[in-house]
Amino acid sequence: MEFKVFDLGLTDFKSAAGLQRELALKVENQQLESALILCQHYPVITLGRQANRGNILVSQEDLREKGIAVYAIERGGDVTYHGLGQIVAYPIFNLALFKKDIHLFLRTLEEVVIGLLSEFGVKGIRRPPLTGVWINKQKISSIGIAIKNWVSFHGLSINIKKTDLPYFNFIRPCGMDIEMTTLESLLNREIDLNSLKQSLIGNFKILFG
Amino acid sequence: MTKVILPELGEGIKKATLSYWYFKPGERVKEKDELVEITTDKAAFNLPSPGSGILREVFFQEGDTVSPGEALAIIEEG
Repeated sequence: MEFKVFDLGLTDFKSAAGLQRELALKVENQQLESALILCQHYPVITLGRQANRGNILVSQEDLREKGIAVYAIERGGDVTYHGLGQIVAYPIFNLALFKKDIHLFLRTLEEVVIGLLSEFGVKGIRRPPLTGVWINKQKISSIGIAIKNWVSFHGLSINIKKTDLPYFNFIRPCGMDIEMTTLESLLNREIDLNSLKQSLIGNFKILFG
Repeated sequence: MTKVILPELGEGIKKATLSYWYFKPGERVKEKDELVEITTDKAAFNLPSPGSGILREVFFQEGDTVSPGEALAIIEEG
C-alpha cells in the first residue's frame, strides 16, 4: 500500500481532525491510495465512544486554566491525553488494500510501535487482551481507531518527552489505573522528534507497504 | 427488502457493541449513508447502508451486543 505522508508538526487537535476527514474522503473516493498524518498536539483530552467523563480527574476550571481542551470524538476507547511531547500518527488507510480485519490492523499498529522502539534498544510488549504497547507494566503507546467504509482514521500516540507525564495524572487513561512512561524517561536522554518521525514512517512502510 | 448484515470484523472478533444508530425506523436512507456504528474495544466501525429506501425495522438497540453475520435491520426499497 502506498501512503502519502503529511507531517503537520505542532498542530491543534481540530485542524488535524479536519484534515483526517478530508483525506479519508479522498481515500474512500480513490483519489488517494492512503495517507499518514504525523503531528504533535497542544494539550488536549479526548473522549472515545466508550468514555466515561468521570475518568477526567480534574475540574473544568482547572482544565481551562491549564489550557487543556476536551473533545468527544468518534474513535473507539475511553479517555486519553495528547500533549507536546507525544508523536501522534493518524493512518488514513484503505484497509481493503491491506486486509478487512480490525483485529489485524490494531495488532499491526502495535507492531509499528514495537519496531520503532527496538531501534532505540527498547523492548515494547503487548498485554492482551488490552490494546497498546507497554514497557513492562507501564504504557508508552495508546491506540484508538475508527473505520468508515473500511478506511481507517484516528490512530496512535507514542509518549516521547518526559514533560507530558504529569498531565496523565489528570485522567484515568483508557478508564484504567495505568501508569504511563515515555521514551526519554526510559533512555534518560533527549530524543529528536524529527529523526524519530522518520523511523516511524519507515516502520509503517515495512508493515503496511 | 434488504437485510443489513454485520460483516466479519476480523479474526477472533465474535462480539461487538451496537453503539449508535444514525437513523431511526421510518426514516429514509440512501445507499452508502452511515447507518450504524459498532464498537469493539479500541475501534469504532461504521457500517454504511447497503441500499436506499426506508429503514423499516431495527433488531438491536444501542448498547446491545451483536455478532458478525447477524441481521441488524431491514431496509425497504422505494
